[in-house]
Amino acid sequence: MIRRAILKALAIPGHQIPFGAREMPLPYGWGTGGIAVTAAILGPRDVLKVIDQGADDTTNAVSIRRFFARVAGIATTTRTAEASVIQTRHRIPERPLQEGQVMVFQVPMPEPLFRLEPRLAETRRLHALGDYALAQLRLYEDIAQQGEAGSAYNHPVMVAGRYLMSPSPIPGFDNPKLHMSPAIMLFGAGREKKIYAVPPWTEVRSLDFDDHPFAPVHAAQGCAFCGSTASYKDEIVADDAGGRVFVCSDTDACREGQE
Amino acid sequence: MYVAVKGGDAAIAAAHRWLAHERRGDASVPELGVAQVEGQLALAVDRVMAEGSCFDRSLAALAVKQARGDLIEAAFLLRAYRTTLPRFVAALPLETGLMRVRRRISATYKDLPGGQVLGPTFDYTHRLLDFALAAEGLPPEAPEEDAADGATMPRVTEILAREGLMTRDAAADDAAPPDLTREPLAFPTSRPARLQALARGDEGFLLGLGYSTQRGYGNAHPFVAELRVGECEVWVEPAELGFPISLGEVTVTECQMVNQFGGSRGAPPQFSRGYGLAMGHNERKAMAMALVDRALMARDLGEEATAPAQDEEFVLLHADNVEATGFVEHLKLPHHVDFQSELEKLRSIRARWERERDAAMPEAAE
Repeated sequence: MIRRAILKALAIPGHQIPFGAREMPLPYGWGTGGIAVTAAILGPRDVLKVIDQGADDTTNAVSIRRFFARVAGIATTTRTAEASVIQTRHRIPERPLQEGQVMVFQVPMPEPLFRLEPRLAETRRLHALGDYALAQLRLYEDIAQQGEAGSAYNHPVMVAGRYLMSPSPIPGFDNPKLHMSPAIMLFGAGREKKIYAVPPWTEVRSLDFDDHPFAPVHAAQGCAFCGSTASYKDEIVADDAGGRVFVCSDTDACREGQE
Repeated sequence: MYVAVKGGDAAIAAAHRWLAHERRGDASVPELGVAQVEGQLALAVDRVMAEGSCFDRSLAALAVKQARGDLIEAAFLLRAYRTTLPRFVAALPLETGLMRVRRRISATYKDLPGGQVLGPTFDYTHRLLDFALAAEGLPPEAPEEDAADGATMPRVTEILAREGLMTRDAAADDAAPPDLTREPLAFPTSRPARLQALARGDEGFLLGLGYSTQRGYGNAHPFVAELRVGECEVWVEPAELGFPISLGEVTVTECQMVNQFGGSRGAPPQFSRGYGLAMGHNERKAMAMALVDRALMARDLGEEATAPAQDEEFVLLHADNVEATGFVEHLKLPHHVDFQSELEKLRSIRARWERERDAAMPEAAE
């Protein structure tokens, strides 16, 4: 059932496919949709990496990795280069993904229009008509009132020129990584019971205007560990005197940078 | 020098050990047995069965013990177990008219065939703390068996339906009932799907919504036609047998509410019904469910739907406490990547705002 939903999702890029999400041994909100998708696609030779906030050692990433090691007897890794399936919450790894790799995103709210129109019966109609005026209007108002787009993360994307899609709550910084990626991108929303996908080599454009192109914010400083200025950073409060340290959010990329 | 936080694995293991210790509590006090929970915290067990949508009192009792009395957590444990079970057949519709009744009351008639049976109820207890219970004395006397036990108790709504004053629900057809746990809700919904969602919905949420319909948000004028609690036989008819067989009994609480309906061009003025059914003994849940069920019929009956309880997307998508608690509580998980982008966004917008304010200052001073 889940595999059928995944195939359907890959056939209609960016379109949300309802599926009968089952209760998982982990709570809704902890990545049940991602876990369902990962469980449906893992094969015996797969190597699984799980990240949360870009890091392999955050508690929920540890918990999900342990869960699959226990119930699926699967090989796990923290190295992006070695992984065939990468389940993630809120980040896309810095290292460019390769053909054959699958990203599985944990999605809280699959509907990109939900803040503008909470009724699913209505958003379904808007998607069918390709009517995204609400989202464009919101973007226009943000730019007119505050000079730039208001969404810093979960900024909606147009997939293959047809469906508006939530990229999940990844920072805008990661949105461009979805565009023409050689990897398969699968999105699982357990509580909302939807699966959607971006097949490899698919056009994914962040919603913007010609005269106000999408411009995600980058950290002002390099990483305190590896020195990278290209990566997405966590801002760590270092002391009570306003001291800040910036470190890579992607712990594997940072390790590679330090070596 | 800043050193990155690590050790999620060890922290989780330590948290689990600590939790197990807290669950057991003071080791000098005897451990709570699952049978004790099942027998003496029966209504907690019933609520967990209803919201966990799994009829198994001893598993529900185990869940209550494991969850340290957190009933939503217990319902979640039961559901996570339930989802692993094979589903081999749908039971035949439960014949609640043939219920072995322990309690049955009607607020619409003074007396009626089968009579009023109070049964084990808190209704007329005086809510005074009973300090004798703290002393753990001898068990109370067993109740006397009623000689009239076994008399038929026709459903009150059927009495009204025979008079043509109450809409009759459509007879069950042969189509397999929808299964929310296999197929997600699609809007607009069907009544069977709605009732299924309400039956596993959170008691507190439905209570609040049902209450709102009584206070004018949804224009309800309800009467309890009947509330009954007791045991019903579950029958299945396996395709290979061709005749029904009994699987055993389940305890259920059923509530039928009578509501006004003005009629329409196609339908005469009649009473309409709101229906509530909960596993185990759970009157509050069955009654609240019946109120909300009736409110959600607004669209079907051509009534104006303006109140929250009449909005099926709003009600049904927020009634599931396992889903709701998951999404509310997931805010505990790290969100620092999103927060970081929000922080940078705010700094950027703030800097622009300050530049514009400063640029406007000299003019303001003039």
